[in-house]
Amino acid sequence: MHALVQGVILGVLTAGVYALMASGQTLIFGIMRVVNMAQGAMVILGAYLSYQLFTSWGVDPFLALPITTLALFVLGVGVQWLFLRPLHAGDRSQLSVLVTFAVALLVEGFMSVTWTTTDRGINTSYANASWTVFGYQITLVRLWAFLLSLFALALLYLVLNRTRFGRAVRASVQNPESARLLGVESEWVSAIGYGLGTATAAAAGSVYGMLYSFNPNSHYDLISRLLSIVLLGGLGSIGGAVIGALVISVSSSVVAAAVSPIWSQMTFFIVLLLVLVIRPRGLFGASMRGAI
Amino acid sequence: MSTRQWIGPTRAVVFFAVIASLPVFGLAHWAMNMLVFTLMFAVMSSAWNLLGGFAGYPSLGHVAFFGIGAYAEVLWFQHHAIVSGYEPFWILPLIGIGVAVVGLPVAALSMRTRADVFAIVTITLLFVVQTLAFNLRGLTGGAQGASIATAPFPAATYEQPFYYVLLLLLALAMGLTWAGMRSKVGLSLVAVRADEDKAAGIGVRVQTVKLLAFCVSVGLTGMVGAIWAYYESFIYPQFAVDPLITVAIVLMTFLGGRATLWGPVLGAFILELAQQYLAYSLGGSEFYLIAYALVFLVVMLVMPRGIVPSIQDRLRQRRRRRVVDAT
Repeated sequence: MHALVQGVILGVLTAGVYALMASGQTLIFGIMRVVNMAQGAMVILGAYLSYQLFTSWGVDPFLALPITTLALFVLGVGVQWLFLRPLHAGDRSQLSVLVTFAVALLVEGFMSVTWTTTDRGINTSYANASWTVFGYQITLVRLWAFLLSLFALALLYLVLNRTRFGRAVRASVQNPESARLLGVESEWVSAIGYGLGTATAAAAGSVYGMLYSFNPNSHYDLISRLLSIVLLGGLGSIGGAVIGALVISVSSSVVAAAVSPIWSQMTFFIVLLLVLVIRPRGLFGASMRGAI
Repeated sequence: MSTRQWIGPTRAVVFFAVIASLPVFGLAHWAMNMLVFTLMFAVMSSAWNLLGGFAGYPSLGHVAFFGIGAYAEVLWFQHHAIVSGYEPFWILPLIGIGVAVVGLPVAALSMRTRADVFAIVTITLLFVVQTLAFNLRGLTGGAQGASIATAPFPAATYEQPFYYVLLLLLALAMGLTWAGMRSKVGLSLVAVRADEDKAAGIGVRVQTVKLLAFCVSVGLTGMVGAIWAYYESFIYPQFAVDPLITVAIVLMTFLGGRATLWGPVLGAFILELAQQYLAYSLGGSEFYLIAYALVFLVVMLVMPRGIVPSIQDRLRQRRRRRVVDAT
């Protein structure tokens, strides 16, 4: 029982980080109807950036966040402008999967050249500090990571609901054609939206780097998990991404505690299969339009 | 009978005659090795084309079935002694059918969604099969790999049996594609790609043709996996289920031209030869990954329709112009 509750606590705290990555993923899908295969690679790139800042100049990963998120925001806008904008509208949903996959490979290749393929981790002085509450262990870094993710998600929520840009984004998600007719600059909304999506990847990446060791290959593991979360929540729904992250993260850490860590790696796939059988458009997915 | 009707069959006969006669010239081992891999990819991209090209369902998980075929071959011969070197080839049809049967429930589930989500589900499948290959140690030997007896062919012509079996398989894949293009099945698949709901509405058996395309496609891929395992005689999870194989297959099909008979083969010959060259000259796999990704992006952005359709368009235009000039 103790192990199980500990598993749930761990799952909830980890879910925050996944929710952050997945919210960017689902935002990109909502705006552009693009399944972003590069999100995992962007997370790992964010982790490497904050690793570099930490080892070279001793910048704390939490303090480095503005730098890494800004860098990846710019990169995201660039990727959208260079590679996704020119795609033909008719083929877009199929081609964009492959194009973003190629971007992921490009980023992976770049990371292997720059940082080699050995495992890295960001070992801050407080990496192993933890509190014990009622006999349950809570790692401090995980708690901070969780709070940071909540903060970032709240920020994202405010941007989407309280700004002009957010209104343009929501209009584009609901009905791209009408939004364009009413004067929303869809190219700009797409570019900035993609940038925001990768920026959340950077924020999550800094935290990910403190929690786990990573190498350029790690993005494969992340992307399949992220895609499952997003599908479970419903493509395009940020609230869904948060719920999806909670479900998948908690269930896999419970399986890890109760069965074995090996099978916990498979949990997300079983959840994904269940989603496909029971409700292919996910928990909060928009009804039939375009994608699903 | 017009001459144009003979262009297709003549092209096929010439192509297969040339490829079949290549080993006669006593090519060096590295060249034969390169050709064996080129043929493997030609078969796999032709198979992928059936599903990703004609039906418009871009599978990113085909290598999972490649791996299943490879492990099936290895496991079978861990329990049965190999009497003659050709024996592992005889069970290929069985492996093909077996892999297709494994693919059936996967197809039935994953094809409840549309193109982009289908890509997600299949790529997830890839990683699940990879994880299984690493972790089911009793069956696959895990990271230590699994082995099969080395084929007892004479060293001088070691590659030839594999080469000819692959050539047969390529003929099968292309024959199926050709037959498909000429039949109602192919037409139905194109209708699925164009607009699945409308196709279903006018009475196309959407579900049946999709499942058929998926099973044939992964069955062929599984057979290539089995040949690969026998050829290498020692397999590891990270190579048997390597995401880069999927990328290569997709890229070759896109480069040559989706939903064409010759496109995937052309793409495989161009890219696999280029890839081997890059691997030799650039050495380190890191730069090689970057080069590959860049080629991928350039193909997608500059020539998303592929070589064969672009050439066809140009020829058609010229022919039309000639007709206009004549009148």
